Amino acid sequence: MQAAIAVENVSHKFDERVALDGITLQVMPGEMYGLLGPNGGGKTTLFRLLCTMLPPDHGTIRLLGKNAAANAVRAHIGVVFQHPSLDARLTVLENLRHQGHLYGLKGRPLSQRIEEVLDMMALTDRAKDRIEILSGGLQRRVELCKSLLHRPQILIFDEPCTGLDPGARRGFWDDLDILRRTYGTTLLLTTHFMEEAERCDRIGILDRGRLIAEGTPEALKRTVGCEVITLETRDPKGLQLQIEKVVGRDVQIIDGQVRIACDEGQRLLAQLYPLLRENVQAMTLSVPTLEDVFVQRTGHGFHVEDQ
Amino acid sequence: MRMAFWLPVVSLWRRELVRFTRDRNRLFGAIGQPLVFWLLLGAGFEKSFAPLGISSGYLEYIYPGILLLILLFTAIFSTISVIEDRREGFMQSVLVAPVSRTGLVLGKVLGGGTLAFLESLVFLVFLAFLDIPISIASLGMTLIFLFILGIGLTALGFAIAWQASSTAGFHAVMNLFLFPLWVLSGAFFPAEGASRWLAYLMAINPLTYGMDGLRQSLYLTTSDANTHLWFCVIISVAFTALTLSAAVWQVCRKEK
Repeated sequence: MQAAIAVENVSHKFDERVALDGITLQVMPGEMYGLLGPNGGGKTTLFRLLCTMLPPDHGTIRLLGKNAAANAVRAHIGVVFQHPSLDARLTVLENLRHQGHLYGLKGRPLSQRIEEVLDMMALTDRAKDRIEILSGGLQRRVELCKSLLHRPQILIFDEPCTGLDPGARRGFWDDLDILRRTYGTTLLLTTHFMEEAERCDRIGILDRGRLIAEGTPEALKRTVGCEVITLETRDPKGLQLQIEKVVGRDVQIIDGQVRIACDEGQRLLAQLYPLLRENVQAMTLSVPTLEDVFVQRTGHGFHVEDQ
Repeated sequence: MRMAFWLPVVSLWRRELVRFTRDRNRLFGAIGQPLVFWLLLGAGFEKSFAPLGISSGYLEYIYPGILLLILLFTAIFSTISVIEDRREGFMQSVLVAPVSRTGLVLGKVLGGGTLAFLESLVFLVFLAFLDIPISIASLGMTLIFLFILGIGLTALGFAIAWQASSTAGFHAVMNLFLFPLWVLSGAFFPAEGASRWLAYLMAINPLTYGMDGLRQSLYLTTSDANTHLWFCVIISVAFTALTLSAAVWQVCRKEK
């Protein structure tokens, strides 16, 4: 089967700053793929390359088998931007009509499409409202409607839930489910939220312009081990050395905390207890998260300036 | 193919007009300031300009200059939004749609140009207070100049706004380039009374010919066979073609 999105050895620079460094990945038709990474990791650059706003310096990007640089490919992809692309002074209907015109739709067929997407996103009764009076969650839904009008085979999102309250986030994911069921659209989204990445079929983790891990969220978490022990202490360096002596392998310090990935956490904690009792303020035993995957692969924390 | 090209253009054009009708401040902004300028400068310089041999009075002399200023202000107002629109707003979705870049520029510039033209039409009402005899020919020619210059200035504003990284940067260009362009077009004072270097600058300013054409059009009578007026038309059309090309070039350019 041909990949819906095929990125091959793509690198991109802004002046001398390397934004992407040799990225290769594939997304299959109907799949939901998440690009997870901290701010500045290269997500936004890759997003802009994928939605044809920018041609890559090196490597190729193929969407539905066509070169992403070709204008023709634009008719088959839909894009939802992080910053709203709606005209706040126009009504929902006017925004959608304008969007349809950009894709060569008009007249009765356009009206039908608009009715269809408004109905699917339960927005029919808001059609005549101006965008500026809608809530953030509703505006997102209009954005989604807008990107669906031309029935794209691929839908690309940049940080779709940034700035949304928890209720609106849940609503957004429900909308995506409807969309996948109805059209079987291939979805790609960038995110710096772990819980969003968890919902994807597969994810790729980006750090400093490189793809450092790829796979299903479950498979990635399994690579860390079964459990993770996190220890808060005043002297992480000293504790690290002492623990390494006991367990006989490398122990990491991340963001001032000592971190051990292991298979049998309880037993290890019991073994270390005499040592920890005196030196540790708090200890946590947890199942690995995607953040642990990131930390293990990069050796540094996942710094997120959440908005 | 033709249809596919013009549908987005018309849609972008219409959007500019609809937005404008929903924003009253813009109407007053673009007319009010030039109107105040006109009255203050006209009244202030009325006597000072008499020795220059401007028989009509300064209020009348500067009137076509104010028409040009209205075009310039409206062009700036309608293109300044492009700076944020293309990075974090409406234009993003136009850029990823299968719309030709030329179509994008045409839609936006024709929209802004139409607004500039309409605003200047409103100002034509004040002709009633001036001693300028209006004929079909003079009105027709004036409208042609207002339209060409409105499109040209909007395209110039667009080309500058597209590569500006911030609104503050655009303001700097406005004060150091666009406003002097207007001052040195003969809108404010005639080249004859200016120092020689300034007169040279005015001679190479393409807007000088737009200004001159506009002024001559207002006083046009049907018996005139004026080659200089046609020269002004040609320069103004060339100016507009050049600024439109610059705008298209900016949009097609690869981003750094």
